[in-house]
Amino acid sequence: MNELRTILGDVVTRLFTDLVTKELLESSETAWPDALWRAVEENGLTLPLLPEAKGGAGGSWGDAFVVARAAGRHAVPLPIVETIVGSWLLSGAGLDVPSGPLTIAPVHRDERLRLTRAGGGWRLSGSAARVPWGRAAEHVVVVTEGEGSTMVTLAARGAAEVTQDQNLAREPRDTLAFESAPVIAAAPAGRGVPARAVWLYGALVRSAQMAGGLDYLLRQASQYATERRQFGKPIGSFQVIQQNLAVLAGHTAAAGTAAANAFRAADRGDAAFEIAVAKVRVGEAAGIGAQIAHQVHGAIGFTYEHALQFATRRLWSWRAEFGGEGDWAAELGRSVAERGADALWPQLTAR
Amino acid sequence: MSMQTFRFELGELPPAAEALRAEVRAFLRAELGDASPVRRAHSWGGFDREFSKKMGARGWIAMTWPKRYGGHERSALERYVVLEEMLAAGAPVSAHWIADRQSGPLLLRFGTEAQRQKFLPAIARGELSFAIGMSEPDSGSDLASLRTRAERVPGGYRVNGTKVWTSNAHLADYMIATLRTSHDPAKKHEGLTQFLVDTKLPGITMSPIIDLAGSHHFNMVVFEDAFVPEDMRVGEEGAGWKQVTTELAFERSGPERYLSSFALLLELIREVSKDPGERAAATVGRLVAHLATLRQMSLSVALMLEAGENPNLEAAVVKDVGTTFEQEVPEVVHALLGIEPTIDSGSDLQQVLGFLMQRAPSFSLRGGTREILRGIIARGLGLR
Repeated sequence: MNELRTILGDVVTRLFTDLVTKELLESSETAWPDALWRAVEENGLTLPLLPEAKGGAGGSWGDAFVVARAAGRHAVPLPIVETIVGSWLLSGAGLDVPSGPLTIAPVHRDERLRLTRAGGGWRLSGSAARVPWGRAAEHVVVVTEGEGSTMVTLAARGAAEVTQDQNLAREPRDTLAFESAPVIAAAPAGRGVPARAVWLYGALVRSAQMAGGLDYLLRQASQYATERRQFGKPIGSFQVIQQNLAVLAGHTAAAGTAAANAFRAADRGDAAFEIAVAKVRVGEAAGIGAQIAHQVHGAIGFTYEHALQFATRRLWSWRAEFGGEGDWAAELGRSVAERGADALWPQLTAR
Repeated sequence: MSMQTFRFELGELPPAAEALRAEVRAFLRAELGDASPVRRAHSWGGFDREFSKKMGARGWIAMTWPKRYGGHERSALERYVVLEEMLAAGAPVSAHWIADRQSGPLLLRFGTEAQRQKFLPAIARGELSFAIGMSEPDSGSDLASLRTRAERVPGGYRVNGTKVWTSNAHLADYMIATLRTSHDPAKKHEGLTQFLVDTKLPGITMSPIIDLAGSHHFNMVVFEDAFVPEDMRVGEEGAGWKQVTTELAFERSGPERYLSSFALLLELIREVSKDPGERAAATVGRLVAHLATLRQMSLSVALMLEAGENPNLEAAVVKDVGTTFEQEVPEVVHALLGIEPTIDSGSDLQQVLGFLMQRAPSFSLRGGTREILRGIIARGLGLR
């Protein structure tokens, strides 16, 4: 681990441990936790990829992974990862990055917004459903086709009509409708940024958050199993519980590895293969992990009172956002089939 | 009791290791060019002394050992590359592989100078094949309950008892046998000692144990007053348990713990490539996602070993997750295609499916059962 990553790791862990309390998680289900956002922004956690000259940390996707995984581990109720992706897209297109929370759109594979020239500027049209933190973000970063090239557009959220919705964890997932709305800026996307960058990098950051969520489940469930006593001893002393937690440990380890590998690939360039691998593998781990963690916790884990649900409700939603496992597995399978069986091993070992 | 941290840091293979990969691939193309998929599916079960000697001549056995013992003083990561290429290609490595992986490193650590001089160079040349004599009829997972006795007699030990599941003992030159040298029931871990046993010794009778598919690789090895000379003892009397657990750590961390069904995945992809529907594509994609992740996990363990760390816990995790994957592949192929598995008829895919379906139950038994491994992981989690 390099120095920046170590520092980032320490900062996020301290900050989230102090501020992302159970009370905060509860209250943020109905209200935007503004003080927490300001603390996160002041600590430079939202712009790890931006050059230092632009107020960022001058870091890599590998550094961003540290932040995203920790955000998942603590169930941080903020669009940190959306801001990381959005600011990276803006910066790559040579656009200025505004302060405040960003979101990214559209988030569904076949959803497109339209960018058209109007006089000296651009106008944005179309509707994007289930945009994360739509109502809370101050700006929206949209990737779309415009005049034959992939364009990155920055729009004020106020330019859109917002219809509120939410995911299972009551994180905002709002529809943003733009009707020939003026935009703040638009420019061709940075080199190597694909037209579906929001879909792709959205899947990337959700993988990291889920890997973090699984870290929490493993720690929490192992801890609970040593404390909870039945039949005169800790339930963790029963082999059946031990075996289930070992399975959870395996999925957690696989999830962390797959997600980290995808972020490393993002630093190298075309990461579509590794991102697909991560979304499939981590998403599967999330489902199994949530099931085991709940089983170990028994009835108390099924209550709102117990904090376990802040993690599991997020995992159940996150695994479906930016494409579920089936979606990404089919894409991965098609690309593997296209290259042919004999290309698989050389491909795996070349990356 | 406290929870250890599982560390799966990503790492890079050094350029020297990657350069070696191309060389190994060219060798394998030449050696295995026309090997059938079902032969490749035997993976590390294939036993071929000529192949092993060619590996030895290339310097691909004993790669990390000191040159004075016939080794090549290359990095563990170069060895890892050779190994994963061999396994992915389904090369018949088992004539040298047990000695390369376990018996040689055991002798390097605990053997006498004379033992090292005598055995290691021959292993490195691919000329000496080893078997592992651990399990007994009444001792499987409970290894400390071993009963085969080695009693001190003038000049050595007299051995009586029975070993089972001894893979390829009928083909191997030597066996590393873990035997009981003292009988205090309160200290059963302390009464074990390891020996180098010549498989042709008088007093040793071997009989095949035929596996469920009708194949002979297991053996029952009966010792009746077999005399093992004193200088064939490995390590101190009573140090066997510690040595065995070290040996098992070598046995758990490699790519052989997730690649056993790779040949079937390749045949599945060949079949699906003809006309990949959504369901078939998703099935292949999911398996590839598991495989790609396991390779990174396995590589991560190799890098920790190279860095001199002790990744026992991580190795147990890789083996547990890896064997679960290996066992899932035939099930997934069956669920997707519903073709009948065959023995020696039908398509390559059917034959590979038939072979691996019958081989798969062993994946989570050999080298420590799934339950034992999960117990090790649970200890790491602070549960026991």
